[in-house]
Amino acid sequence: MHREHMTVVIVGHVDHGKSTVIGRLLADTGSLPEGKLDQVKATCARNAKPFEYAFLLDALKDERSQGITIDAARCFFKTARRDYIILDAPGHIEFLKNMVTGASRAEVAILVIDAKQGVQENTRRHGMVVSMIGVKRILVLVNKMDLVGYDQAAFERVSNAFRAFLKEIDIEPIAFIPVSAFQGDNLISTSQRMPWYQGRPFLGELDLIPVKEQPANLPLRFPVQDIYKFTENGDERRIIAGTLATGTARAGDPVVFYPSGKRSTIRSVEEFNTPPRQDAASGEAIGFTLTDELYLRPGEIMTRQDARPPRTATQFKANIFWVGRTPFVKDKTYKLKIGTAQSPVKLVDILRIIDAQDLSSAVRQDSINRHDVATCVLEVTRPIAYDLAQDIEALSRFVIVDHFEIAGGGIIIDELRPDASTLEQHVTNREKRWVHGLVLPAERAAAYRHKGQFIIVTGNSAEKNGAVARLLERSLFDNGRKAYYLNTANLTCGLTDGSTDVADAREEEIRVLGELGRVLTDAGHIVVTDLNHYDAYDIARLKTFVHPFEVLVVGLGASAPETTLSLNDAMSPGDTAAVICQWLRDMDILPDYSL
Amino acid sequence: MDSLKKLESQSVYILREAYRNFKSLCMLWSIGKDSTVLLWLARKAFFGHVPVPLVHIDTHYKIPEMIAYRDRLAREWRLNMIYGENTAALAKKATFPDGAVDRLQCCKHLKSEALRHTLSGEWPRYRMDHASGRYEPDTDQAPYTGVIVGVRADEEGSRSKERYFSPRDKYSEWNVSDQPPEFWNQFKTDFAPGTHVRIHPLLDWTELNIWEYIEREKIPMSSLYFDQGSGKRYRSLGCYPCTAPVDSTAKTPADIIEELKTGKFTNIAERAGRAQDKEDAGGLETLRQEGYM
Repeated sequence: MHREHMTVVIVGHVDHGKSTVIGRLLADTGSLPEGKLDQVKATCARNAKPFEYAFLLDALKDERSQGITIDAARCFFKTARRDYIILDAPGHIEFLKNMVTGASRAEVAILVIDAKQGVQENTRRHGMVVSMIGVKRILVLVNKMDLVGYDQAAFERVSNAFRAFLKEIDIEPIAFIPVSAFQGDNLISTSQRMPWYQGRPFLGELDLIPVKEQPANLPLRFPVQDIYKFTENGDERRIIAGTLATGTARAGDPVVFYPSGKRSTIRSVEEFNTPPRQDAASGEAIGFTLTDELYLRPGEIMTRQDARPPRTATQFKANIFWVGRTPFVKDKTYKLKIGTAQSPVKLVDILRIIDAQDLSSAVRQDSINRHDVATCVLEVTRPIAYDLAQDIEALSRFVIVDHFEIAGGGIIIDELRPDASTLEQHVTNREKRWVHGLVLPAERAAAYRHKGQFIIVTGNSAEKNGAVARLLERSLFDNGRKAYYLNTANLTCGLTDGSTDVADAREEEIRVLGELGRVLTDAGHIVVTDLNHYDAYDIARLKTFVHPFEVLVVGLGASAPETTLSLNDAMSPGDTAAVICQWLRDMDILPDYSL
Repeated sequence: MDSLKKLESQSVYILREAYRNFKSLCMLWSIGKDSTVLLWLARKAFFGHVPVPLVHIDTHYKIPEMIAYRDRLAREWRLNMIYGENTAALAKKATFPDGAVDRLQCCKHLKSEALRHTLSGEWPRYRMDHASGRYEPDTDQAPYTGVIVGVRADEEGSRSKERYFSPRDKYSEWNVSDQPPEFWNQFKTDFAPGTHVRIHPLLDWTELNIWEYIEREKIPMSSLYFDQGSGKRYRSLGCYPCTAPVDSTAKTPADIIEELKTGKFTNIAERAGRAQDKEDAGGLETLRQEGYM
């Protein structure tokens, strides 16, 4: 019922003939408004100016107030096969950001090179950026063949030079086509002037490129865009909204969210004004409800528990291009946007800046300037979830925001494991400098009949977590243990200064809780606390802080990540506390009195 | 996924990004087919709810059926419905054709200026009270920092240069030559104080797509779009002094789709019935730079 659509971007160095190619296509496929061609020709004749197809674009621009639905930035034309939208990307370097904007909406790029002038700086730069933006299918038009006498050797010289360049950046173009847009050679039909060319004319080649399909068999990636609970008209649904980037999801699927590591099961697939449905496929903007009331933030990536998980890291290697007014520099905090996640980010290292003149690595610079393409190392404060470009490209793409503006874009090509994190170094130094009293830890453990211990109670209900943690303290204390219940709210009454912003507030809370945990466990106590809305990263940090003492995580319900003990959350708080006590004895964490 | 489903998904994604990133967000509803499809897409994005206020700029020259249709849907869908107006210009009759101004001046007064001051909160806003069914002065006069608008790139030249998220300065002005880059569905969601962002979820839709979607989803449309027996219908809705119906016997969305496909209107612009577009070359772009939707 619906015709096939394809969006194509046309790029290349300024004056290599992009506008002429478009003008010719519109004229020869009958896509111009009636009488337009004659009118422009007449105007040219009147002004004693030779007619050029590029004038058609200017003429169309002037018609905007009459509401003709064509503009120089987007042209529409049809072939028997499908409808095309051609995006005309400016060739001038100053408009690289517009070129990128156009290219990101295209499936195929047409790169125009002047046969006489050959490959120029922007031919290369556009090639690199178009590929990085994700347009891997490139048709190269070697234009103005009429100016080189339709010479095969000239065509091959240009083609070979550009093919060699593209090979270095891993691009294999679909075809090189010798054309003269001015004369109409090899655009719509095969030209008799170049019998040595055996390939198809441009339009024939374009029509053969299949419309891009989502690669099948990719694991589920559902970046959480938002969490909705609209209560109007008694709506009880808590909907996780987003668009499936890859894969499929179905009601009943066990799922896990990254980077938090939280788990649940899809209860239902939600969509407005459609019959009830059980599954959702890639590309669909949809919603899910879960069997658990998970606390999730936008930006997490949902995948199936049996699928290959995305990566999570704080440092990674990326290829980027920069279009910002001011250079990308180290020691400055920018904003990273990847999928639906946002994070502060810093430039840590510049590995290579590619010179569009000859592709060699330029001299080492300490900043990435406007229109540079570079490989660099970036660092975020909390881990983000992503995939490498070679695995799932869509999940590797990010932009960098500098002072309210998108200033650069890139793809993650490798993950980096920092040698030792700043936190680990801090703990190592702390332990080295720790001053002990005269009572040895072993003596204290023998006297108290247990070692210091840090126990976290967590689950979907903050109220229940707190009740269980308090009853656990009570029960341990009544059994003669040195138990102490620590509520995180108490930390903000004095130990933290409360001046940090929301993202940092959580970091600070975990830090103070961890440092205090280190002291109290060293004093031989069993510290019991309840934590809500934490993720795998927070637990990892707490464990590092409390080192050398152990952290036990008791999860109520199946959704909590990184648990040492998982319990059914249907039990009463009293029973839950009793089960935890019994487990501590069973595990010999609390050796029994009788022994 | 067919092309209509792709368009829908992209628009829904944009609406959700807008809702997530803008604290003070509204959607302009002109009552026309495009912004009504936009309203429907909001119900798609938010699972039947419309969690943003709908702002209508009432010129008081709208075809009366338009206002009746607006209020009927507002009540049925429990919309947070707001209108604004240029009270002073209406009182002074600085309007066309009954006042001493031309069409474009009238548009400027009743639309551009009314819109700008309604969005900024400087002029009164009137909100529908669902208990009484009447409009009452709105107590919330905070400026809107995100404004969702149903423009399409194929409507006319200047609109094809738009971004999905397009910044406006504090005078609502649009800098056509220096627009932010926009790629991989990453939009300009960060903005300096005093500026606002226009959000365009329908940018990639065509007139045909709009009608195909209305047909598929069975979206209730104003009866003005259909021939009621006179052999005429409106292709684009606006103020009655400046909007003329076209000759057409299309009575349903399916008829209109057929009409558009068979080329009855090929090479006749959709807004050809809108007289203000013809006043001067580039007039609409000038209006748009000044904040016209």
